[in-house]
Amino acid sequence: MAEAAYPDDLLYHAEHDWARLDSRQQELATFGVTWFAQDSLGEIVFFEPPQVGSTVTQGEQYAEVESVKAVSEVVAPLSGEIVEVNEALAEESGAINHDPYGAGWLVKVRLSDPAEQEQLMDAATYAATLGSGGVGV
Amino acid sequence: MTASLPTMPRRTPLYERHRAAGAKLVDFAGWEMPIEYPTGLRAEHNAVRQACGIFDVSHMGQIESVGPSALGLLQRLTSNDVSAIAVGGAQYGLLCEADGGVLDDLFTYRLAEERYLTVTNASRYEHDLGRFEAQAGDGVELLDRRDELAMLAVQGPGARAIVGRLASGELPQRMQVTEQQVAGCKMLVCGTGYTGEDGVELICAAADAPGVWDELVGGGAMPAGLGARDTLRLEACFHLYGHDLSPERNPIEAGLGWCCREQTGFIGSEAVARARARGVSEKLVAFAIEGGGIAREGNPVVDGGIVSSGTLSPTLGIGVGLAYVPSERSGIGERLQIDVRGRVREALVKAKPLVAKKPSLSAVSGAALDVVDVPISSAIARVCA
Repeated sequence: MAEAAYPDDLLYHAEHDWARLDSRQQELATFGVTWFAQDSLGEIVFFEPPQVGSTVTQGEQYAEVESVKAVSEVVAPLSGEIVEVNEALAEESGAINHDPYGAGWLVKVRLSDPAEQEQLMDAATYAATLGSGGVGV
Repeated sequence: MTASLPTMPRRTPLYERHRAAGAKLVDFAGWEMPIEYPTGLRAEHNAVRQACGIFDVSHMGQIESVGPSALGLLQRLTSNDVSAIAVGGAQYGLLCEADGGVLDDLFTYRLAEERYLTVTNASRYEHDLGRFEAQAGDGVELLDRRDELAMLAVQGPGARAIVGRLASGELPQRMQVTEQQVAGCKMLVCGTGYTGEDGVELICAAADAPGVWDELVGGGAMPAGLGARDTLRLEACFHLYGHDLSPERNPIEAGLGWCCREQTGFIGSEAVARARARGVSEKLVAFAIEGGGIAREGNPVVDGGIVSSGTLSPTLGIGVGLAYVPSERSGIGERLQIDVRGRVREALVKAKPLVAKKPSLSAVSGAALDVVDVPISSAIARVCA
């Protein structure tokens, strides 16, 4: 994806992570990293999924993505238990660059506190934080 | 000193070219430099391995030493035997502290009987210039050429063919330098580079650089950023100052004894001679990770040692790097465990270079491979970023 995009149906964490709440089961969410995060990192060459069953905490690191030149922590936008990981990324981590909101999803999480989503930003608010100078990743 | 004031980053004469190309620009040693272009690091890396890439390395510093005492100055400052450079020749060497610690790595070109040009790392330029000035006595004039010169590295098996079509004469062989016209501009053409591939480096007037750049890019050289420069030099096992070289390490530990000639009496020569005679407790090795994972600078080696540079090798598709390890475990094939942020990764000590150089595609350079007078893995060593 060459142009910046921040879909309206996602919630955003300031550390450049997104969450998509399941439309039928509100306690289920999919996490990933934003267009800005993947663009800042450059081509992602390594992602090792965390363990299914492990717990994640809002605002804390739960995984890493690596480009050729750098490692970046991936922070959980919401708390819960990982119920599924995107195994395809082990072979095709470039999907995080090409399709950060689709095939580049990282994990699915059963939320322990769905009310935490009130602390996340909508697309317009998140995009505004990036500003002209952006923020570091 | 105005160290507390924010300073504007320096820009090379090619800054506008980088911006126009959509490069990602970062602060590098106080310079606003392209880390990669929209083509991406991996495509740039592969272009240099398979065809031709072009790097703006104008941030590197140039000090010219002129006069009857220029040779004596360079003999005292640099670790190699500068008297061995013929006019039109080039040589890699180190700047050392009296205790043998490495202060910079340098490339010196002998332009005339009593005229030498030394290229320094960008981050060490002010330091190096101060050291040159402190050591220079009568009979040598020092010229600070950094701001008036630009430097382009054209690298890859196709580099000589692309430059050759624009050049007024035959290109210099490896480790040689000639003055000639390229794209209509007079410049120094150097048979050097720091990518592990054949190619040339061009040192020209700053004002000429954008036009020369355009001609070379138009001729098929792909602009490549400092990101690819780093992965290329690491696959070739070339040292990068501030990472694999530092004042805390001597040249013997770093595997650079081949470019130290203690009999010249350079500053640090006694310490280097002692280290060479007694041996060193740690040595710099190349490694490759077995299985997944990428080790990074600063990752500890289990039971002693530390990674000084680490990346994913775009050519090999695995994590590779350089690490200081206990000498008794520095042999090729030795198994290492590297602690990558809490996860232990298995690695093997590998022969250098990790990726071998390809023959040039150009017939012109066919003779260039037999003029090397230093170990092949280091012969193409070049002052990096």
